Amino acid sequence: MQMTTDALIATTGAARTMARPLSAEEKQEIDHELTLYPDKRAVGLEALKIVQKHQGWVSDESMLAVANYLEMSVHELDGVATFFNLIFRRPTGRNVMLFCNSVSCWIMGCDSIRLHLNNTLGIDYGETTADGEFTLIPVPCLGDCDKAPVMLMAGEQQRHLTPEKIDRLVAQHRLTGATQK
Amino acid sequence: MITRPLTKNIDMQRAPFDCAQYQESGGYAGVTRMYRNMAPADVLELVKSSGLKGRGGAGFPTGLKWSFVPMGDDAPKTKYLVVNADEMEPGTFKDRLLLEGDPHLLLEGMMIAAYTIQANTAYIFLRGEYLKAETLLRQAIHEAHQQGLLGRDILNSGFNLEIILHTSAGRYICGEETALLNALEGKRANPRAKPPFPQVSGLWGKPTIVNNVETLCNLPGIVNYGVDWYKGLGLGNDAGTKLFGVSGRVNNPGCWELPLGTPIRELLEGHAGGMSEGYTLRGFLPGGGSTDFLLPTHLDLTLDYDVIGKAGSRLATGTMIVLDDRTCPVGMVGNLMRFFSHESCGWCTPCRDGLPWLDAILARMEEGGGRIEDMDILHEHLDYLGPGRTFCALAPGAMAPLGSALRYFREDFESHISAGACPWHK
Repeated sequence: MQMTTDALIATTGAARTMARPLSAEEKQEIDHELTLYPDKRAVGLEALKIVQKHQGWVSDESMLAVANYLEMSVHELDGVATFFNLIFRRPTGRNVMLFCNSVSCWIMGCDSIRLHLNNTLGIDYGETTADGEFTLIPVPCLGDCDKAPVMLMAGEQQRHLTPEKIDRLVAQHRLTGATQK
Repeated sequence: MITRPLTKNIDMQRAPFDCAQYQESGGYAGVTRMYRNMAPADVLELVKSSGLKGRGGAGFPTGLKWSFVPMGDDAPKTKYLVVNADEMEPGTFKDRLLLEGDPHLLLEGMMIAAYTIQANTAYIFLRGEYLKAETLLRQAIHEAHQQGLLGRDILNSGFNLEIILHTSAGRYICGEETALLNALEGKRANPRAKPPFPQVSGLWGKPTIVNNVETLCNLPGIVNYGVDWYKGLGLGNDAGTKLFGVSGRVNNPGCWELPLGTPIRELLEGHAGGMSEGYTLRGFLPGGGSTDFLLPTHLDLTLDYDVIGKAGSRLATGTMIVLDDRTCPVGMVGNLMRFFSHESCGWCTPCRDGLPWLDAILARMEEGGGRIEDMDILHEHLDYLGPGRTFCALAPGAMAPLGSALRYFREDFESHISAGACPWHK
């Protein structure tokens, strides 16, 4: 598989045909980042974050598009993408729960919250609910240890988690999703 | 005189000061005077003599770090200042307070550091999960620009400075300064070989200083009120104040600015309100996940770099993680090994292979499958992954809680093995 992709990239024409065209917004935001660094390649991670913000995740087609746009090897860029915890190379649910499982949250009982999520949503780390609403991803210490256990969801830090609070959050975000659709 | 220079403007019940409010409270007075009256070499001398030590974990003297940057006409014209705002040390939540509570204080500190080394571009390397800090910093940078505090010929000084916010995407190793520089250049965040040190060849091969958020936040006070005031803040041998935090089963977990040299007991029993009802103190990591356990017998030690060092641990980030009697020490160390194993960049073999091995052993022990020979394997790793054996400090940092737990809580490891179960999970 690795060889095939390499061969594909070597023939730049094929790489370009596989790439998803970047949207005008994506290009505009990446172009802004390009003004902030002396080297195109430095924008790789920011560009992937921009694509992920618009697309929800980074597909192979998006990866190729960004690599072409920044004139860098797609393998090099994928090496960066897979290095970082918050670049998703698979589709996620609409709400991603970034769940802290580091030491202070562990002492304060995050395992029981994880178990509660298992039992109520049927998902464990790296999994997405069947309805596509929630993905559970463990992350290193979220730097909110005096309010443990915590997670980051929908751009908000959710603190002092309890099973009841989880139930409320899930209901609330399901509901929001329903009205949006 | 001001006694809490880092947090005097911080009130988490309201929004942080905007540029005008920050200036009304005396902010940016220091840099204004600096641009008018001080040469870069004067600021360097001031910071050197202040005794400020880096607050990111290593505690290296800040002025000394800066002094390795080549200066003068023969020095490279392009230099960089980089702020390490990638707070991800387990149990550490101090930079978040500064970033969310008083973003202009950080910007002022950055202006002082950048001027001293004559860097015209400064990057803030912010961890991607700190979304509120991202918004606040963008706003603060915008305001500082509008006030003429950033840009070209700042306050008629002839000095130019741009501050650029870079947000990362979650990887602990980026806190290692050379890994951070690789990440900022758009590469995988593997640490670099040293030498050359970043002060000489850092970001894109240019002289670069990487400083922690809290370190930089100390600078406006030093420039404003001077060395005598700064040294007078500390109660012991170390100068200044520091942010100290406590998490775990205590009555009032939190983060406070206290003088260096404050007794540990005052932090734990006073500010953090002592242990929660029904819990007894068994030990604590004094400065985040990469520090050695200390015991209740150490409570009367003071929070000084040297004092904690002599006791066999490190002050490091100053954020204490408390181990109580109802929490399994093997489980706690196992949690830390899982973290370090996950966050190893994979570059060097001892770290890449050793940490998952330790994680697996401790997990098996917790599940009741511990074997007596595991104790030797755990001990051997303290050497294999210890200082000097690995490419960077990640694995040696991971060995700190493991080694000290084996020393202080050996009977707990052994009881897991002999009972074939975790005594806390009966």
